[in-house]
Amino acid sequence: MADILLDVTGLKIEATAYPPGEPPQDITIVEDVSFQVEKGKVLGLIGESGAGKSTIGLSAMAYGRGGVRITGGVININGRDIRVEGTGGLRKLRGAEVTYVAQSAAAAFNPAKRLMEQIVEATLAHGRHSRKEAESRAVELFGKLGLPEPETFGSRFPHQVSGGQLQRAMTALALCPEPDLVVFDEPTTALDVTTQIDVLAAIKEAIRDTGVAALYITHDLAVVAQVSDHIMVLRHGKMVEYGDTDQIINRPAMDYTQALVSVRSTDHEEKTPSPQPILTVEGVTARYKNAPADVLRNVNVEIHPGQTLAVVGESGSGKSTLARVITGLLPPSAGKTVFDGRTLPPSLPERTKEELRELQMIYQMADVAMNPRQTIRTIIGRPLEFYFGLRGAEKTRRIQELLDEIELGDGYIDRYPAELSGGQKQRVCIARALAAKPKLIICDEVTSALDPLVADGILKLLLDLQKREDVAYLFITHDLATVKAIADSIAVMFQGEVVRYGPKSQVLSPPFDDYTDLLLSSVPEMRLGWLEDVIENRKMESAGN
Amino acid sequence: MRNIPISALIGLFFTGLYFLGAIFAQLIAPYGVAEVVGDVWEPSSAKFWLGTDNIGRDLLSRMIFGGQTTIFIAASATLLSFTTGSILGFTAAVTGGWVDQALSRFIDLIISLPTLIFALVVLSVMPVTVFVLIVLMGLLDSTRVFRLARAVAVDINVMDYVEAARLRGEKTAWIIFREILPNALSPLVAEMGLRFIFMVLFVSTLSFLGLGIQPPAADWGGIVKENKDGIVYGIPAALVPAIAIATLAISVNLVADWILNRTTSLKGGRGG
Repeated sequence: MADILLDVTGLKIEATAYPPGEPPQDITIVEDVSFQVEKGKVLGLIGESGAGKSTIGLSAMAYGRGGVRITGGVININGRDIRVEGTGGLRKLRGAEVTYVAQSAAAAFNPAKRLMEQIVEATLAHGRHSRKEAESRAVELFGKLGLPEPETFGSRFPHQVSGGQLQRAMTALALCPEPDLVVFDEPTTALDVTTQIDVLAAIKEAIRDTGVAALYITHDLAVVAQVSDHIMVLRHGKMVEYGDTDQIINRPAMDYTQALVSVRSTDHEEKTPSPQPILTVEGVTARYKNAPADVLRNVNVEIHPGQTLAVVGESGSGKSTLARVITGLLPPSAGKTVFDGRTLPPSLPERTKEELRELQMIYQMADVAMNPRQTIRTIIGRPLEFYFGLRGAEKTRRIQELLDEIELGDGYIDRYPAELSGGQKQRVCIARALAAKPKLIICDEVTSALDPLVADGILKLLLDLQKREDVAYLFITHDLATVKAIADSIAVMFQGEVVRYGPKSQVLSPPFDDYTDLLLSSVPEMRLGWLEDVIENRKMESAGN
Repeated sequence: MRNIPISALIGLFFTGLYFLGAIFAQLIAPYGVAEVVGDVWEPSSAKFWLGTDNIGRDLLSRMIFGGQTTIFIAASATLLSFTTGSILGFTAAVTGGWVDQALSRFIDLIISLPTLIFALVVLSVMPVTVFVLIVLMGLLDSTRVFRLARAVAVDINVMDYVEAARLRGEKTAWIIFREILPNALSPLVAEMGLRFIFMVLFVSTLSFLGLGIQPPAADWGGIVKENKDGIVYGIPAALVPAIAIATLAISVNLVADWILNRTTSLKGGRGG
């Protein structure tokens, strides 16, 4: 084996939980995890939320977030055990030998200071370089990371650069002190796909050029496959599989890894459109109050009964605004929506109960889409009571029926949302929408906040329900893999306009317009070398936000 | 309910003691409220536990009856201020637009006037009765509650579950009472303890200035006023109601703290 930089053996991490009304109890977050990182190599840590990947990443700096304690094992960096280091020793280590790139760059930068000031701060504090050297190194890194005007980029404030640029600036911050190891904690998760690919390429190049070793934490196996040499799959704080990238992606040994690898492969047979659409959006143009420009420009789409229209685009493309126009939350300035043959009144208060009932909505964040002080019984029961006047035993029977439909079963009816997992919460939201017996459900990024396997389950459930209940979906997403799995027709949106629209087979086959090509090619694929292929072959630069 | 912290237990004990004393004043007070039973400023004895006041009435009896008046007025005014303040605050937040603007600016106007001066002016032209006191104090204080309730409700109003209720076609009343109120309760309850104490202080201040409870009826502020001259002669009668006000304030706040802690760590609460 070559030079070992980081050597972790038998890592155990605990925290104390304070359940209400019960005595505090210790819980184990990470147990018996061992791995090594060689100099200049990248180890990918992958797992769903709660798998302990960030906790392990931070342990490379002997740091525990909010009451988290490292209680067992040995963490060796450059041959010395950092668990026995005192505060002074750790201070020398953190920000110099080991640095950290956080998920949300926007939250990690101080908005009141210029970028350069913050980027050289750690380098100067540790006395790694003089200010002049540090600044010239930062400029060099800006150039490597593909940031515009490297010479003057550092004099900007964080709010003056885009999200993707800020994420790259943080990578420069982490690389500036010439560390031996960088911990990347989901650096691209909060970015759009087309931006993600640029940042990913920049990070990969910077890692290669500077010869730094890295821990790359993410929940997206396709992303980690592009940058890492080795991958460790984690679940519930335990190691599932550990091997080189080629083996994990192409020959996964464990069931869980196989499930992760095949997660994006769901496919869905396209249905032929019926003659009478359930919803027609005709020439809709809309803008928010006091906004200088239109958010939607002349949008025309149709949804057919029992089918799915997927609306795809990056953040800011107007997808969610379209949903707001259809639901009546934002009356359009021109155009109209025709639902089941009738023109819908443009604003919410003018619509009848029946019109409201037939059009339901499911949100991205199931957490805030349910009142935390209501039980599942109230959450699902209220639409039943409100639209159909169901009461008492009949209502309870129907709630249970709906719970069975979303595969939750007994014992959930009197729980609060906080007592459910992320996937279960989203299922309850689906049941609430179904309770109204709608003809159309608007799904606004319903799987984006979920772990891949859980998201897969939700998609399968939605398809199942569509078959049984004959409900149509307007499915808003930025994730093209999801689109392939669920859509019958697709509308691609770019800067408030529909740039490509038609049946799935047609939209997803060449010739592509430039934007659709960019969008399609930016979806990470589960194969090695994908990143390089894409960067070389694409026709259009991403907007760089 | 299993582990009540010791601070909350102390708070509960004293709050309970004062409230019980107030409720059963007529049964437990050894003498009548205006009954002259001894000499002026007699020291405490087996007959008069706390001594007598400036004209020879039993101080303990006056404290008990005074507590009844003070706590009744403060509690009623708090209730009034919370009902008006939070309903108006929630309405402003949920309705938005000019309703919100008009209400908020009007409240700002009232808040900009010093409360005590405002109250003194009103009380100098109105008959000073318990009812007028309660309404005046309740309405003046509801401006503070309005600001808190509106701020909390504006936050909750943009949550997806409120939007979901709107899309369902729910009326404003459902949105206020079923979606927003349960989620706004913990900050409001915590504030309630604090406001109750301000009410006690407020009514005591008014009585001390002679515009609150009128003699011979007793209240804590009034007892301080009647006995304040004794302080120069080393007679502690004026300190007794002062101590009562202080301990009530502390114990009610201990209870409010505990309630706040409990409700925020409830299932679905905001973590505690």
